[in-house]
Amino acid sequence: MNESTSKPRVAVHKFSSCDGCQLALLNLGEDLLTLAERVELVHFAEAGPLNPDTEVDVAFVEGSVSTPEDLERIQHIRAHSRMLIAIGACATSGGIQGLRNNADGAQWIAQIYSHPEAITSLQHSTPIASHVKVDFELWGCPVNSRQMLAVVNALLLGVAPRDNADKVCTECKRHGYPCVMVTRGIPCMGPVTRAGCGALCPGLGRDCYGCYGPAENANTDALAAQFAHLGLMPETIVQRFQSINSQAPVFLAAANKARMSRDE
Amino acid sequence: MSEQKRTVAIHVPVLARVEGEGALDLRIENGNISQLRLRIFEPPRFFEKFLEGRHYSEIPDMVARICGICPVAYQVTAAQALEKLFGVELSPWARAMRRVFYCGEWIQSHSLHIHLLAAPDFFGCGNAIELARIAPDEVRRGLRIQALGNELMDLFGARSVHPVGVRIGGFHSAPALSRIRDMRDKLRAALPEAEALVRWAASIPMPPDDQAFVSVAMRHPVDYAIETGAIAASDGLLIEADAYDAHFAEQHEPHSTALFSTYHQQPYLVGPLARLNLNHDRLPAHIQTLLAETGFTLPSRNLFHSLLARAVEILLALREAARLLDDYTLPDSPWAPVTPRAGVATGCTEAPRGLLWHRYEMDEAGRVINARIVPPTSQNQGRIEQDLRLSLLNFGLDHPDDALRLHCEKVIRNYDPCISCATHFLRLNVERS
Repeated sequence: MNESTSKPRVAVHKFSSCDGCQLALLNLGEDLLTLAERVELVHFAEAGPLNPDTEVDVAFVEGSVSTPEDLERIQHIRAHSRMLIAIGACATSGGIQGLRNNADGAQWIAQIYSHPEAITSLQHSTPIASHVKVDFELWGCPVNSRQMLAVVNALLLGVAPRDNADKVCTECKRHGYPCVMVTRGIPCMGPVTRAGCGALCPGLGRDCYGCYGPAENANTDALAAQFAHLGLMPETIVQRFQSINSQAPVFLAAANKARMSRDE
Repeated sequence: MSEQKRTVAIHVPVLARVEGEGALDLRIENGNISQLRLRIFEPPRFFEKFLEGRHYSEIPDMVARICGICPVAYQVTAAQALEKLFGVELSPWARAMRRVFYCGEWIQSHSLHIHLLAAPDFFGCGNAIELARIAPDEVRRGLRIQALGNELMDLFGARSVHPVGVRIGGFHSAPALSRIRDMRDKLRAALPEAEALVRWAASIPMPPDDQAFVSVAMRHPVDYAIETGAIAASDGLLIEADAYDAHFAEQHEPHSTALFSTYHQQPYLVGPLARLNLNHDRLPAHIQTLLAETGFTLPSRNLFHSLLARAVEILLALREAARLLDDYTLPDSPWAPVTPRAGVATGCTEAPRGLLWHRYEMDEAGRVINARIVPPTSQNQGRIEQDLRLSLLNFGLDHPDDALRLHCEKVIRNYDPCISCATHFLRLNVERS
């Protein structure tokens, strides 16, 4: 016990999600054991330790707020955490399940469940920062181990984690990948999408689909115009912006704009 | 008697080491179980609804998000269902590489489950980090095997969580020969480690248990079914994916956000032990010999053999991947061209946790009209409740509540329930009177 008191106390919490961002830790391989030596994992349900009520230095939060119970739980976590870090698309934008925010949720429940009254679900799936102060956001669907370890190392060194809000295009250029949009006319989301993945999709010769959310200063108007120029119908342009991070304000606005031009 | 009546309610807020959120209500009256309900309350995420109107090319990227641990299962099942409807013939290269890619997910998911989720129970440890103090070599070996599974997924998908390589018609890209050679060497080097894992898993003392249940898994004429085959049951059923609805039904129970599945009105088992029960004759002779040496006889009616079954499937998947990469040559094209067609697409594969079935009704432009996805955990849910009831009676209801809870958790973890798929915590409420 004594040896552990000087180590930062870390919690990992899950809200509505696929569990994929926690895997950035569980997939570390043998490095997971090294991590467990450097920090004290006090609450991490999927890995075993359970202590949701204890005070921690850092809480990593995966998932979106989507039930009435979530509303209380996130307040509780905030009150017991010195630093709260939202990880992944669900926690930073509401995630893919945010697609329901545009729909009639009650009707959807009735179409899937024969006892809709037993399903408690909020009308909207929302990011953590809609409810409590978030100290740092790590975007991505999913976040990867490299990003997570960079944050943990920054915290261990006592410096602020670095935020890379540049565009996927910059990573593509650094890797020397040919631009899929310029060379092959593929409607790529890279020009408006946040870096961090390493330009994986263009690296395989396909389009980026925006899973890391909007980059800073994203010129979605110009990209929507380019998509139209490539022959995409307005409905398809809407869907390009309405996918993994549909409720991120920049993508939502771009989708609404494309929708207006469709309806004209 | 009446003045002795008491009600004990235990509230365990979290079921650790499962993927998703669940709770268990247990009511014991006069030494009998009067109520047992596994409640899954992972918030509904409505995937089937927001797939509506989406173009077929988007489906693999969207359905991956159902589960971070088994995204490949969702991607490959959807792709194959649509390829069948669209009449797309995959190249032999693409067919073989889909299986290799899928093997990566089995290796990763099974090794994660054995070492991080299930094994600590059997050594009196609360988690893998504690287990690593008493069995450091075994845990490190497990984490290495898990990492290799991730690397294999990464080879075709550029990342192992929500990989981006699958497209309808094949893959977006073919890995370079140099990377394949490197992977082949690592797979071969891991085979003795996986054999040692099987022997270790077989040496862990497991509680005796003997239950009657129907096993359901895919079966292939030659191979151990992973990504292709018909749907088989231990009572002799053998059907194609499109006949699923004639034999299996889903219903919603108000206590859960996962739908319950039944086979001819009865609960049934899917997953590694169901697969081994039906397909042990499809294991390579080398693995059959190894199993005979360990004394593991199949079929098994003890769900505590699930951990060993996963270890056996890791060895199988490593061998399969190594074998299929032996003849690797670069394809002319990693994908076949696709022309969409209106109609109904059905398909299934063996996800790490068991049978995964998809159905898509598509329009002529290749957009989804409606979708249905039946994940393994909702198929196992009825079986888990049945097992808990039988297993608790075998264990004895007079044990203290903490012992009952641990026993229930062990039983539930045998199924590796992926509750985020089904729609993580066990809240155990025991009431005794």
